Amino acid sequence: MEVKRERLDAPGPGEAAGSAPVDPGTLRVRQMNARQLLRGGEIEGLTPAIELERNEDFDLERHVEERVLTTTLDKAVAWARSNSFFPATFGLACCAIEMMSIVAARVDVARFGFEAFRASPRQADLLILSGRVSIKMAPIVRRIYDQMLEPKWAISMGACCSSMGVFNNYSLVPADKFMPVDVHVPGCPPRPEALMHGVLKLRKMVQDDPDLGWRERYDAVGTEETLRGA
Amino acid sequence: MSTPPTASEYRRREQSITLSSVGEQLEESASGGEDETQELLTLNFGPHHPATHGVLRLLVTLRGEVVHDIKPIVGYVHTGIEKTAEDKSYWKVIPVIERMDYLAYHFNSLAYIGAVERLVEVTVPTRAEYLRVIHMELNRIMSHLVWLGTSALDLGAISMFWYCFREREQILDLFEMSTGQRMHTRYFQIGGVAEDIPVGWAEKLRGFVARMPKSLDQYGDILNSNEIVLQRLRGTCALDAETLLSLGVTGPLLRAAGKPWDLRKAQPYSCYSDFDFKIPIGTVGDNYDRYAVRMAEMYESVKIIDQALAGLPEGPYITTDRKVALPPRHELATSMEALIHHFKLVTEGLRVPPGEAYYPIEGPRGELGCFVRSDGSSKPARVHMRDPSFVNLQAFSQMAEGAYIADMIATLAMLDPILGGIDR
Amino acid sequence: MPDATGLELIRQELGDAVIDTSFFREQAQLEVRPQNVREVLAALRLQGYAFLASLHGVDYYPHEPRLGVIYELLDMARVDRISVKLRVPSDAAAVDSIVPDGDTLEGDGDGHLGWPAANFQEREIYDMFGVTFNDHPDLRRILMPEDYEGNPQRRDFPIGGEPIIFTYNESPTLEGAE
Repeated sequence: MEVKRERLDAPGPGEAAGSAPVDPGTLRVRQMNARQLLRGGEIEGLTPAIELERNEDFDLERHVEERVLTTTLDKAVAWARSNSFFPATFGLACCAIEMMSIVAARVDVARFGFEAFRASPRQADLLILSGRVSIKMAPIVRRIYDQMLEPKWAISMGACCSSMGVFNNYSLVPADKFMPVDVHVPGCPPRPEALMHGVLKLRKMVQDDPDLGWRERYDAVGTEETLRGA
Repeated sequence: MSTPPTASEYRRREQSITLSSVGEQLEESASGGEDETQELLTLNFGPHHPATHGVLRLLVTLRGEVVHDIKPIVGYVHTGIEKTAEDKSYWKVIPVIERMDYLAYHFNSLAYIGAVERLVEVTVPTRAEYLRVIHMELNRIMSHLVWLGTSALDLGAISMFWYCFREREQILDLFEMSTGQRMHTRYFQIGGVAEDIPVGWAEKLRGFVARMPKSLDQYGDILNSNEIVLQRLRGTCALDAETLLSLGVTGPLLRAAGKPWDLRKAQPYSCYSDFDFKIPIGTVGDNYDRYAVRMAEMYESVKIIDQALAGLPEGPYITTDRKVALPPRHELATSMEALIHHFKLVTEGLRVPPGEAYYPIEGPRGELGCFVRSDGSSKPARVHMRDPSFVNLQAFSQMAEGAYIADMIATLAMLDPILGGIDR
Repeated sequence: MPDATGLELIRQELGDAVIDTSFFREQAQLEVRPQNVREVLAALRLQGYAFLASLHGVDYYPHEPRLGVIYELLDMARVDRISVKLRVPSDAAAVDSIVPDGDTLEGDGDGHLGWPAANFQEREIYDMFGVTFNDHPDLRRILMPEDYEGNPQRRDFPIGGEPIIFTYNESPTLEGAE
């Protein structure tokens, strides 16, 4: 494996070889710019012309629509939504005990602002499906998910609702079969730290893109979605 | 397949529930000389409700705010554990059966393993018995702590939840140190335990045992003389021991009603006869007695762990019978028989002679029994867990009859149902 | 447990209701005729076995009669356990329920006390195995949905479940969805 080493004053990725280095030229600032580009944001000081030069077929319009949040208001709203999930109290089985552990003092979910577990699905926006979903329970889970108001997200916690888990038999339904799930947290039961990681990942996803594209994925109209190909 | 007459009758009743039943109730109340302006209200609790301990659905018939009748409907977390267990070899059943009553996983596995050991007739070394008892009593304390935290939450004493879970985290740290997992540890194996305790575990456990009674005193200080707790729990929903016995109730509920029945003392299994501990019993059988019995049981469990740790003997941690237990890994490099035994046990599983065995133990909620039927192959032919919560739930309707809804919630909390065990 | 001789004494007292006894691994078991289950349990109750610890069903497929129901009784005063087993064929799977009291049953006013502990457990056997219990106060499915067809715990009922998808059996419709 060949390791490519680059001199600090070498030209950056968007520049032609041999040209003078573009200001800002230090490695640290270039790293920050690259990270910003990956997140879909704009780089201060570099115009979009640089990106156009890199790829002739590049569609600026599409790029802006897909990855750049055009307004600061959108970003602010996404930040607010992601930092104040109201999880619905929906403990089914063993994973519910570990979900209670994240509310407890060691892995404190209140640090992030998510301790307001609402009992009523009308007031909640995050459904943490913790535990095994049996065929008797599946229509009820779906009804509760339908009762939640938009925008809403779902975390499938544990192996039993993400896949069939330990029990691959007649009585269980994996959650993906009847509702869209945004984050699957594996484990049986997942440690509270693992669930916290899943929730924080969801928070990051919501900060970047609240819609999470599930409407396109499932050809959804309103809150009704269909499995593609079904 | 023709549906039996009762199923369609139920459907018909369900669909016409608004009109016909109200008419009947009005007639009934009119003929009984009751106030004709009152009628019975059927309220559906759950299965998604913050006050249910798991997905329990209750059809509560109320006269005003007084409970007239309760019909529990269960099955919302039915996992087919018994059917899955028939599909796996005997030691692979252990993780499946552990997940039944998900707060008493060591008890589930001991009930099953005890039944299999009875069929296979293998002796468990004493060190393994002691380790099993330590883990089970830690699990009993942990189950009671979760019960206390969630019940106090139901009653409104929200801060108890954090205190109880603080101690629970310490217990789970101990489990993680000895078994690698916090819950569903797969620690008990047929013939002993999966591995010996690591260095430092005994020290950590000693520290826990020294701290726990002080924490329990703290909980008692908060709750025992709290006026709200006393008003809500004292004198509410009492049921006498005779009725409880006829309904099949065991465990702290029966002991709270005054009957001193505990399988650890009455029919000692494992090595419980080596330890000196008391069985707390109540006098009246109301909710406060049920609460007090469980609190006292935690003190007794700490005592048992203390004695077990002090008297932990040296020796093997699993039986040396290679037909039942895996040989230690260092033997696989040198001994051919060990290699063959290991291969047979892992691929096919152990063979159990045909027969049936029922092994009851005292779980945190009552008599937890496991019935295993073996047909001589390497997979069980029937595994049935007699879960205490399933049978105790039958008493709920009689307990809460004539009480207010709030008392019904408190009784449900004191009943300590675990839906994983009820629905299996 | 009553030992082997105690078990034989009990068998003699119960007469021809008992088909067989077995004393296996220090557990006493009586096998009785299905139509006599109420009398047998009432007689055992008089002997002291007043607590019904467990009631469960077994499928003895492929041996006939196929469906078994086992009653575990416990004598708390003497700490004795005894189990009572009965077997019914799957096409005529009906057993008398032990839940109701003797005086609520028509024509059977022997004054037997019922065993209310059997309520949920008989419903579970009805749900899982398909054994109907005559005169049960509320016989309907308890664990499966009310309109489910089939008896899951029978040995010829398939275990079901989702197929585990590897790359070689991944179906084309699933490739597009995430």
